[in-house]
Amino acid sequence: MEQEAILYEEFEIAGGDFVNGGSASCRVKNILKEIGLEPDIIRRVAIASYEAEMNVVMYAKKGIMKLILTPHKVIIKVDDEGPGIPDIELAMQPGYSTATPEMREMGFGAGMGLPNIKKNADIFNINSTVNKGTNLEIIINLNNKDE
Amino acid sequence: MKLNQLKEILKANILTSQISIDIEINNIIASDLMSDVLNSKTPAELLVTGLTNNQVVRTCEIAGIKAIIFVRGKTPDEETIKLAESCKIPLLSSNLSMFEACGLLYSCGLGKPKSEYGTGSDPL
Repeated sequence: MEQEAILYEEFEIAGGDFVNGGSASCRVKNILKEIGLEPDIIRRVAIASYEAEMNVVMYAKKGIMKLILTPHKVIIKVDDEGPGIPDIELAMQPGYSTATPEMREMGFGAGMGLPNIKKNADIFNINSTVNKGTNLEIIINLNNKDE
Repeated sequence: MKLNQLKEILKANILTSQISIDIEINNIIASDLMSDVLNSKTPAELLVTGLTNNQVVRTCEIAGIKAIIFVRGKTPDEETIKLAESCKIPLLSSNLSMFEACGLLYSCGLGKPKSEYGTGSDPL
């Protein structure tokens, strides 16, 4: 799948950096806008990547976000070094959260992040190792109408 | 309805400089919870909120929301205003409470009798 990538970008995400948190996803959004993808696709990618990015900012030490564009899909991969998620099934339940008061003050931590990523993605894969980190893969298909 | 009309209705001040408020507003979301804003099914053009940190601006940039009105006379810090200016998102501040602001906006015809949260159910 990656060999047919027509665009590949990497962005570093710093854990705990609420000032710059979200800037990688804004850049992803602007790149896809310049390429001229459909607004609905861009919105879904932007929301999913922002939720994933803020999870790294809130919970992990650091992370890398990769944007891969192929002729048929947009792939966002987020790999972080952090505490990991002990129970992914529980974390995927809407409303479940381990957020701190600081995160809640920022308007996050409602336990909607992972479910919202899943909602916006066509394919969502998540793997996590406790005390090591979490890997997300978000795939959003392009609607290639001329095919 | 245009944002400059809403500014008069809510007696709001503009906090950003050199960003036009000649913006058409059809859908509004009011929330202090950015998770809810990101979870909203229908794209809105205006966010009404009492939260003033920089992630409010980022959330709007991501969700395609074109303007923000802060209620209860709240104003964000200078960095957040600069971020909004760089994103071309005008920031306004009104002394009204969230309830009063939403009530006025709703009575001006900007309300819709449907839920735009969660599963995105059809209009009632």
